[in-house]
Amino acid sequence: MFKLLEPNKIFSVTSKAPKYVLFLFIVVLSVGLTEALILSPEDYKQSHAVRIMYVHVPAAWITLGIFSSITFLSILGYIFKIKNFFLIAKSLAPSGFVFNIIALVTGSIWGKPTWGTWWAWDARITSMLILALFYLMYLLAWRIYENKEQLYKITSIITILGIINIPIIKYSVDWWNTLHQPASINILSKTSIHSSMLFPLFIMTAAFALFSLLIFLMKYNTELIKIKNKGLDRL
Amino acid sequence: MINEILFMNGYGIYVLSSFIFTLLSFLSLYFVVKVQYVRERNKFIAKFGNLKSERAAFAKSQIINKEILSNSSNF
Repeated sequence: MFKLLEPNKIFSVTSKAPKYVLFLFIVVLSVGLTEALILSPEDYKQSHAVRIMYVHVPAAWITLGIFSSITFLSILGYIFKIKNFFLIAKSLAPSGFVFNIIALVTGSIWGKPTWGTWWAWDARITSMLILALFYLMYLLAWRIYENKEQLYKITSIITILGIINIPIIKYSVDWWNTLHQPASINILSKTSIHSSMLFPLFIMTAAFALFSLLIFLMKYNTELIKIKNKGLDRL
Repeated sequence: MINEILFMNGYGIYVLSSFIFTLLSFLSLYFVVKVQYVRERNKFIAKFGNLKSERAAFAKSQIINKEILSNSSNF
């Protein structure tokens, strides 16, 4: 099964896919922005400030998802010695990091009108900042280490340590008394957001997911060409 | 209508700055990654052009190399 994931086999797909993903992203983002900024209702308590949710929440969801995927791929890559998994993980990291920064910055902007402050050392916000540091360490490790064996070991350790932070981020609002509100959307229990707000939220999440897919494909293709460049040097 | 969208009961500055920051982050990341891709691809084409004919023929027999050379502007 892992043979199907070999770079040579998937490059023909990944090299053609970005233009279609870019087109789809622009369409979905346009619908999402119209819904989020114009059509969706204002909140009875937060008024129009609630619209920040449509960029803040999808960015937070996606950065958590990407870090979990990076960890999963790094562990699998290390156990089964599949270099391509490390390459996929490396290609996912830049968009994960940018989404983390977006979640922090938009959260900070949202904090000012709702809490009266740009920043608080609250459990949720601090744990998100720690996640950004793990992303930074992961990206820097790829720049610093030349020896592949050492690099794979270090990046796997960073992701394993970082993944401990993911449940802390998720449950921080339940475990501690925080300024940040508890989760409004639950898979297992009833969601407390009205459908008129849920729809734009899901559209924006789809747009953000498409953007991370686009960046992943572009980055992955770049990494493959880098490897092929080294291959041409050896010819 | 336009005033309402921009002003948003005084929250416009917060809402629009969040959206603008997000879109600018997207644009920056997209262009950084695109520049990296174009740079590597150009390096590949230059190296390929410098190969001797038999080595170039061997290199071209690999599907992935053919794909890189054929996809001049895929995004």
